[in-house]
Amino acid sequence: MHAANGDIRAAYRDYSAWLTDQSLERLRQKHAQADLLFRRLGITFTVYGEDEGGERLIPFDVIPRIISHEEWSVLERGAIQRVDALNAFLHDIYHEQEIIRAGIVPAELVMTNEAFQPQMLGLDLPRRVYAHVSGVDVVRVDDKTFYVLEDNVRTPSGVSYMLENRETMMRLFPDLFAQSVVAPVDRYAEYLLRSLQAVAPAGVDDPTVVLMTPGQYNSAYFEHAFLAMEMGIELVEGRDLFVDSGSMFMRTTEGPRRVDVIYRRVDDGFIDPLAFNPDSALGVPGMLSVVRSGRVTVCNAMGTGVADDKAMYCFVPDMIRFYLGEEPVLQNVPTYSCRKPDDLKYVLDNIADLVVKEVHGSGGYGMLVGPKATKAECDDFKRRLKAEPDNYIAQPTLALSTCPTLVEEGIAPRHVDLRPYVLSGEKTRVMPGGLTRVALKPGSLVVNSSQGGGTKDTWVLEAPVVIEEEE
Amino acid sequence: MLSSTAENLFWMARYMERSENTARLLTGLYHMSLLPARRGAQAGLWEGLFQSEAERNAYLAKYDAFKTDPVLTYMVLDRENPSSIRSCVWSARENVRATRHVLTTDMWETINSTWLDIAKTTYADMLDMGHHEFLEWIKVRSHLFRGVAHGTMRRGEAFEFWRMGVFIERAENTIRLLAARAHTFKPTGPISREDTATLDYYQWGTLLRSVNAYKAYREIYKSQIDPRRVVELLTLNEEIPRSVMACVEEICEVLEGLRPRSRCFEQSRDLLNRLQSARIDRVYRTGMARFLEDYRAGLHDLSLQIQKDFLMIQ
Repeated sequence: MHAANGDIRAAYRDYSAWLTDQSLERLRQKHAQADLLFRRLGITFTVYGEDEGGERLIPFDVIPRIISHEEWSVLERGAIQRVDALNAFLHDIYHEQEIIRAGIVPAELVMTNEAFQPQMLGLDLPRRVYAHVSGVDVVRVDDKTFYVLEDNVRTPSGVSYMLENRETMMRLFPDLFAQSVVAPVDRYAEYLLRSLQAVAPAGVDDPTVVLMTPGQYNSAYFEHAFLAMEMGIELVEGRDLFVDSGSMFMRTTEGPRRVDVIYRRVDDGFIDPLAFNPDSALGVPGMLSVVRSGRVTVCNAMGTGVADDKAMYCFVPDMIRFYLGEEPVLQNVPTYSCRKPDDLKYVLDNIADLVVKEVHGSGGYGMLVGPKATKAECDDFKRRLKAEPDNYIAQPTLALSTCPTLVEEGIAPRHVDLRPYVLSGEKTRVMPGGLTRVALKPGSLVVNSSQGGGTKDTWVLEAPVVIEEEE
Repeated sequence: MLSSTAENLFWMARYMERSENTARLLTGLYHMSLLPARRGAQAGLWEGLFQSEAERNAYLAKYDAFKTDPVLTYMVLDRENPSSIRSCVWSARENVRATRHVLTTDMWETINSTWLDIAKTTYADMLDMGHHEFLEWIKVRSHLFRGVAHGTMRRGEAFEFWRMGVFIERAENTIRLLAARAHTFKPTGPISREDTATLDYYQWGTLLRSVNAYKAYREIYKSQIDPRRVVELLTLNEEIPRSVMACVEEICEVLEGLRPRSRCFEQSRDLLNRLQSARIDRVYRTGMARFLEDYRAGLHDLSLQIQKDFLMIQ
């Protein structure tokens, strides 16, 4: 909330004035009200490893994170640029592989990557889009700089929180919205549907789009149901779909109906038991063959994971230069690839100051936060690093920006990150907002909901409207 | 609509209706257990709830006697008993959760808050609130859910599948309720009114109250409670919303709208004809228990045929 010189950021000025007038008691009351709303709406998620059917709320903070119009326009430009480059990269590595030939990305990093799908080679996708929905996780480190923490181009989740958090804030604090110029986010579903329709197989006029979920016991099921409802499309599971004479169909009460676009929230490995994991009961046997024949579009495409790998992350700025001929708008966090001997040595020597992550890990599991770790934990990680250096990267701990947050002691600063959602279809666009995740423990940098992080509403302030007088 | 969605809607309706019917049944039995005539014979009363051997055994594996407290615990709150009210509400809620994208937010919120309340209820809470009040609350929550469905759902396929589930479940329940008493009918010989009148009054009166038909009985027959007339009212009278006739009429209407040329619609017409041509004296002479059992089997077959015709089962 504060700039480097200690002043309140311009974006927060109005809100801050409002906040000083609020009693802590009123805020707590609103907080309790929000919890009740979320629970009643069933906006819950399942935490792996907890008892069966354990439905938990992601803690919601009633104090919003506010981003000025100017900051946003940089973020927006940067996120679009990044996703455009990632899509170009995916098309390239599944076709000519020019970036490898140019010696920019090492071949083995692509070809031996677990997420690389050889079955996608040579396949032309509508509009050359692979990642239709992407989440670009960013943090602010100083007044001007946003760093990209990671790209998410597989099946990024959390967008329902962006939408429900806003909805809840508008119910709780209607007065605030009456006086601020917060950019609306509620057209997300409409734009998503438009993007999905835009990538229907050639020759299909009025495409049937469905959302495919692993089922109601998946941790993000609420989101799947929510988006299907908002788009007015069917929410299907693998068992609802089947392949017949080269096309994809769903079973309806009136017989089979053809499906043209599948927005799937099922991971690659489970989507087609014939092509991938044979034990998967979540997928549809033969789906890949229909994709290959171009009779159905799967979003995001299979094999996108090769682009958002933590090892590939280092190359994204080069991809932007290579494919778009532009300089990156958003910076990468300086990253040490432990596969490089020099970097490995640096990481081993400075482990107490670094954050070490598994290349393929997600959800905040399998990482070491050096400054917070004990000597024993550091030593344990050093052993793992030496055993499997390829498997790790390391980054300096960043002075992440903080945002005022309602916690037990009152209002206190907590670290935040931000995931804007990028849609690619007929064009690439970003919703003005996103998911702000907040680390609720003092000093903590881990914002993942599975590790006790919470969320906030994200306000992007609109540009002041200049009304030109007509002559 | 997806067949699996239709299936979820159908079962959502059935489970919600079932929770209400169980509450009604338990209310009736609980009141009977308080009657002076039944004192000392309570065990037989509660035991009658468990009609199959498997159900008896499942209960006896956990409790040693058929008494008010353990039976109510088992039938209302036991999470291991798939037919407890708690389990029914859970199943209904899971089916709503699987289809919430086609239902209104109000429907989800209604069932979810019912579930959240019942999930944290203990038997001590139930005692605290009073059995009657608690079971009444279940009934009211079911009324609320039905009202919300009626008041908010688009009149389309989803609504019709929900309606179908409600009426099939309700028809089956009314039959089950009557069948549990069918053995008290004697097909031949005169009934000694004096011997049975008091018992009839209590037992059948309670049964009528548990399906909200006591006043209707009084208005229609204007006489003392006669088991035969109770059966007539609850099977053949189309004006009573929980009578088998009323339910089957609704089912026929739904199926005619959804799929007029289908096996299941034909079957529902047959079932309706059977009721329309039935006369209570004839039913009584040929055997009440058999009539009810045949009809229950007919409803069960219809339910299976519906699932087949709409591809819910392959």
